[in-house]
Amino acid sequence: MDTAYHRWRKFKNTFMQLLTCACALLVVVPLGLIFYHVLNSGIGSVNWAFFTQLPKPVGEVGGGMANAIVGTFELLGLASLIGVPIGVLGGVFLSEYGSLRLNWWIRFGADVLNGVPSIIWGMVVYALIVVPMKRFSAWAGGVVLGMMMVPLIMRTTEEVLRLVPNGYREASLALGIARWRTSVQIVVRTALKGIVTGILLALARVAGETAPLLFTALGNVAWNRSLSDPIAAMPLQIFAYAISPYDDWHRQAWAAALVLLLFVAIINVSVRALTRDRFSQRS
Amino acid sequence: MDLATDTRLFIRSETLKHRAIGDRLFKWLTLLMALCVFVLIVLIGFELAKGSSLALKKFGWSFLVSSDWDPVNAQFGALPFIFGTLVSSLIALLIAVPLSIATAVYLTEIAPLRVQQVLTLFVELLAAVPSVILGLWGIFVMVPWCREHLFPWLRGTLGFLPIFQGPIYGLSMLAGGIIVAIMILPIITSVSREILRSVPGLQREAAYALGATKWEVTRIAVLSYARKGLFGAIILGLGRALGETMAVTMVIGNRPEVATSLFAPGYTLASVVANEFAEATTDIYLNAIFEIGLVLIGVTVLVNALAQILLKTFAGATVAQPH
Repeated sequence: MDTAYHRWRKFKNTFMQLLTCACALLVVVPLGLIFYHVLNSGIGSVNWAFFTQLPKPVGEVGGGMANAIVGTFELLGLASLIGVPIGVLGGVFLSEYGSLRLNWWIRFGADVLNGVPSIIWGMVVYALIVVPMKRFSAWAGGVVLGMMMVPLIMRTTEEVLRLVPNGYREASLALGIARWRTSVQIVVRTALKGIVTGILLALARVAGETAPLLFTALGNVAWNRSLSDPIAAMPLQIFAYAISPYDDWHRQAWAAALVLLLFVAIINVSVRALTRDRFSQRS
Repeated sequence: MDLATDTRLFIRSETLKHRAIGDRLFKWLTLLMALCVFVLIVLIGFELAKGSSLALKKFGWSFLVSSDWDPVNAQFGALPFIFGTLVSSLIALLIAVPLSIATAVYLTEIAPLRVQQVLTLFVELLAAVPSVILGLWGIFVMVPWCREHLFPWLRGTLGFLPIFQGPIYGLSMLAGGIIVAIMILPIITSVSREILRSVPGLQREAAYALGATKWEVTRIAVLSYARKGLFGAIILGLGRALGETMAVTMVIGNRPEVATSLFAPGYTLASVVANEFAEATTDIYLNAIFEIGLVLIGVTVLVNALAQILLKTFAGATVAQPH
């Protein structure tokens, strides 16, 4: 049976398997390179001053971006105020109520929203909030990030709620507990870990967004004193420094990139490690 | 019926009524939140249309085919940006599609479990890298490397093609395409992986039973079965590629020209908005930029809707949307 044709098929089999393996490695290469370069160029400039001082004007060496770090967290807080309630309650509706057809459309809408380019969100909130208020503000930045979180959280919440066995709902209803309390106290509570996971992933995702903040939060070289004023954020600062012609600013940009990348990576890795059972259960 | 039972019945019906109100309120509340999705969609369309009304009236359809972008004389045409967006996305797809589908095949069909878990984590991490960090890396690492090594080599070997001719600047359409490719690798990979995993095991077993090798099984039973779903994954990647903003803006060179050479700088719809929105001092200028946004959202929503429909109608697939 060992004809030339068989040998050819075997060769092709081995070759294609190796080729797919090589492709998989090639996909990981950019990740390795990015981490290597960010770590290498950023580590030298991450120091105490980076976390505690304000940016220095051009020409003065040193300074930090304490305001941008705090600003990013302020924006994430504001965004959560919008994204979390709408996303979680919408997810509850999708999983616990609603008709098949309506839910199909809502899901479809959420998935389409997930694909809306981030720069578009920025333009919409500019027209919606910045123009009437006549100023760039932390509010606008928080709203835009919050809107982007809505479809993300809605979909993950729905997915984890669907994992709650129906027996739980039936048992609760059989005990005479009202349907809405069943939803809140039994179903949501059982899936709470998964919901929090979804929220954290959504936060990690919008924490790195730059484009929607360009003309909403705008950025600020000083501390933000009021939420109606422009506010600094790490991604904005990285962008501004990266396209500037000054070496010292480039160093700061790398340092900020390192801090932001570690923040995002740590949330992603720990969240996935904590919920591995849940995720493998789904598949 | 004595008084006691009467009261008890009365109390019971009162709590039931109470409960019914609570139930109804909660249902309406969650429904309201879920409908926010449509509110947001309408809001996006409305604000963009309102913001661009002046430009829509003034330029009409010629906006799409004119390549004048002259804020001083208030002449605006989107052609160079549409061209740049399409070309950079096309380059990105050419690079990313074979790589990600091969990776998805490796992950589902070939890799041992341990490798599979680690690689999946890496792919998810790549998806989590913020666009602006990729852009920073692009400016200071990738573009210089392209300028010194990749582009001269391409010009040397494939220089007979007009797309690989001309002076090399570094910041270019090709660099933009490569960055976008890196950005859409993870989404195409993870959606394709879900698709391939949803191919029934019976398909594979049937092919094995006919004496096929592992690769033949993959090609005949898995890839061709999942064709529609994989196409959906690619279109989803295209949707992301079209709207990519920061990383592209940082490496594409930002010059509104329709050039043949991929070594020449280009400009995309998303990056012109990012760069010029704040500079738009006149009404008509701002309107023109809003119209660019309208074009961008029109294209991405169409592409995304197509992808969703393909993925949702792919037989038997319960495909989770990665973020």
